[in-house]
Amino acid sequence: MFDYETLKLIWWALVGVLLIGFALTDGFDLGVGALLRIVGKNDDERRVIINCVGPTWDGNQVWLILGAGAVFAAWPVVYAVSFSVLYPAMLAALFALFFRPTGFEYRSKLTSLQWRGFWDWALTAGGALPAIVFGAAFGLMLTGIPFHFDAEMRVVMDGGILDTLSPFAILAGLVSLAMLMMHGAAFLNVKTRAAVQTQARQALRFTAIAFIVLFALAGYWVIYHLQGYHVATIGNMNAGLAPTDKHVVMAVGAWMQNFYDMPWMWIAPAMGFVGALAAIVLSALPVTAFLATGISVTGVVLTAGFALFPFMLPSSSMADHSLTVWDSSSSEHSLWLMVVAAVIFVPLILAYTTWVYRVLRGPVLVEDVRRDEYGMY
Amino acid sequence: MDSLVEISRMQFAFTALVHFVFVPLTLGLSFLLVIMETVYVITGNEIYRSMTQFWGKLFGINFAMGVATGLTMEFQFGTNWAYYSHYVGDIFGVPLAIEGMMAFFLESTFVGLFFVGWKRLTKYQHLLVTFLVALGSNMSALWILIANGWMQNPVGAAFNAETMRMELTSFSDLLFNPVAQSKFVHTVSAGYVTGSVFVLAISAWYLLKGRHIEFAKRSFAIAAGFGLAGIASAIVLGDESGYTIGDVQKAKMAAIEAEWETQPAPASFTLIGLPDQDAMQTRYAIQVPYALGLIATRSIDKPVEGLKEIITHNEARIKDGIIAYGALQQMHKGQKDAATIGLLKAHEENLGYALLLRKYTPNVVDATDAQIHEAAMHSVPRVAPLFFTFRIMVATGFMLLLLFVLSAWAVYKNNFMDKPWLLKMAMWSLPLPWIAAELGWFVAEYGRQPWTISGILPTWLSTSSLTAGSVTASFIAFVLFYSALSIAEMYLMIKYARKGPALLNAH
Repeated sequence: MFDYETLKLIWWALVGVLLIGFALTDGFDLGVGALLRIVGKNDDERRVIINCVGPTWDGNQVWLILGAGAVFAAWPVVYAVSFSVLYPAMLAALFALFFRPTGFEYRSKLTSLQWRGFWDWALTAGGALPAIVFGAAFGLMLTGIPFHFDAEMRVVMDGGILDTLSPFAILAGLVSLAMLMMHGAAFLNVKTRAAVQTQARQALRFTAIAFIVLFALAGYWVIYHLQGYHVATIGNMNAGLAPTDKHVVMAVGAWMQNFYDMPWMWIAPAMGFVGALAAIVLSALPVTAFLATGISVTGVVLTAGFALFPFMLPSSSMADHSLTVWDSSSSEHSLWLMVVAAVIFVPLILAYTTWVYRVLRGPVLVEDVRRDEYGMY
Repeated sequence: MDSLVEISRMQFAFTALVHFVFVPLTLGLSFLLVIMETVYVITGNEIYRSMTQFWGKLFGINFAMGVATGLTMEFQFGTNWAYYSHYVGDIFGVPLAIEGMMAFFLESTFVGLFFVGWKRLTKYQHLLVTFLVALGSNMSALWILIANGWMQNPVGAAFNAETMRMELTSFSDLLFNPVAQSKFVHTVSAGYVTGSVFVLAISAWYLLKGRHIEFAKRSFAIAAGFGLAGIASAIVLGDESGYTIGDVQKAKMAAIEAEWETQPAPASFTLIGLPDQDAMQTRYAIQVPYALGLIATRSIDKPVEGLKEIITHNEARIKDGIIAYGALQQMHKGQKDAATIGLLKAHEENLGYALLLRKYTPNVVDATDAQIHEAAMHSVPRVAPLFFTFRIMVATGFMLLLLFVLSAWAVYKNNFMDKPWLLKMAMWSLPLPWIAAELGWFVAEYGRQPWTISGILPTWLSTSSLTAGSVTASFIAFVLFYSALSIAEMYLMIKYARKGPALLNAH
């Protein structure tokens, strides 16, 4: 039905869907974690906040796990290079993520203030740190990371672990943090009432402004300063894994080429800005504002994806060995199998996730968490 | 390189063993919750709802650690085993991705609703939610063990010289890999035993203390029944049934049994002894005639291959693989004529054995006989660690069988309340399933050495290009984080178990 080339494109889009799914759902969980101590002024308020995401964050996180699993299965070599070359950053995110299942589940199981205080910090780290690291990872996809392959297709790191830290990656991390805190605040704005809602609304406006400034700054950087990558010639796009068989040139602003070639792509950054602006203006209409931040988040992920295409992971030390959609995928057979699996299961997942959110609809109130000690986080 | 491989292995083993403390309990307890809640829905007796809620609380404390430590496993294939991920990701990634779509999403989406949904759902809806959590976690085990089964017995895949990796040729072979099937049944059965012992032991403690009698009696009875079925299945459908398939599985079996020489069928079974790897013999061995032949081949006429014979075979396979390796090198230099490709194809099945040489010489095609011999000698796992851990695992299994037979019988006779010795036995048996499960993991994975993918990719070649120093640092961080989180988990678990079902209406 589809040829190999089309299958690769489908998988690029599918991983995009999974990443957007992650940013939209677990994104607000991460943002809520980062906001926990800022929006929640006392223990009751913090429990309200935790209970807004407590029952559903676990399912949301699977978008991340599945996203990583899909990259492993569809682009094994991208998975191998990104996770191993960014070893310290990936492990920092992992260790921070440990604090979420344990934090949500354990925090309110004891009444000791020190215990709860510790887990509040842990949940803050568990929200903020992964948000920064995943954003920085996108930043590093844009700057490229130093690696090449030897004849056996073994990844060789060119340079030490600290070479992967770059100012642009840090900026991208901050864009991601501000974006997810904005999205988290918009979610709390929907799920809470009274004092918590007022504080969430303030946080929403503040983080949305911060996001707009940072996103604009990152855009300016990409257009005028950052070395982008461009595929000059490529071998057989219908081949399997062959990431060394092409020529890649680097130039300042090269990441903008796709936007110049296909102007409809400008809709993605526009969504990023307009969504955030709308969320500020419409913060008194919680559901609308939440939809607006959702549009913004989707736009940002798409912006990065469009700019990078067809790159998945450029190499800064040997640009010709960069990994692209066309030359780093799994075999046609494996891609096919997983398209079938995804077509069956992703709609199913969306259906039952929707049902769960429907069951849990309605605000979480301070009276609820005070009254029902058993049924609450 | 040596120390990088060793420290990467230690980190993987540590994180996997810790993960596997929490997983079996999730597998077993989730179905026990389904049983308890089903009884509640059918009978309408509130005590069964309390049971579901109370054991569910403990389930949640355990589940959180399972989720946290499970993330590590997925990350590590990329962070620490990058060449492995590249080399077999085309196959290995498929069951992992399907696991996420089919199982982990299900389990994780519904687990929150299990806790907070009691008032928002009808009885039937809630039971469905509980069932889906159990189904999700058990299907998760299925896909993970399909992936693991492929490491033990890599079927349905072929080497691709163009892409320098293994690629999937048959999904149904991967799916219906007999090794994966037997591993799945054995592992989930062990999980059911773990969940049952957990409920049985804590209930026995309540009964001995004279607390929550009605609650504990019913919990004890359900756990005894479920545990008996679980341990019977775990023993009868032992993982070993998969050891007759695949060459590396056979080496594992021979190492477990300290079978140095091939014996005439049916082979005798070494009950206990002291294996000596260098002399290749077992001292002070006590043997049971015919038993090994029966266990291993389920027959009296098929021989069980001994380690010396396997090593001799492997030495020949290494020599054959060198031809494939040489052809592959020529192809990388651009010599892609039919003769070279044909040469690779003809000897391809032993390419992995040539890769074993990479540990002993960078230049495989010029390997000396001494190097080939050394590689062959190390092509089977070390015997003593497997020999002893396997025996302890089996002994633990039989202790658990005894416990469940006695418990189920006493439940049937309805007199377990009058047998404090049985209750004490149940209580003190609490650590046993974990001992058996951890040793079982060790036997399966250490027994696979020196391979990550049996006969295809040596462990020594599978790592990322990291420094031993950075992996040492991360390993220390894992130990610290896991210890601290496990202490918090144990503290809560003990505190909540002590409170008992009273915690449900304490507020």
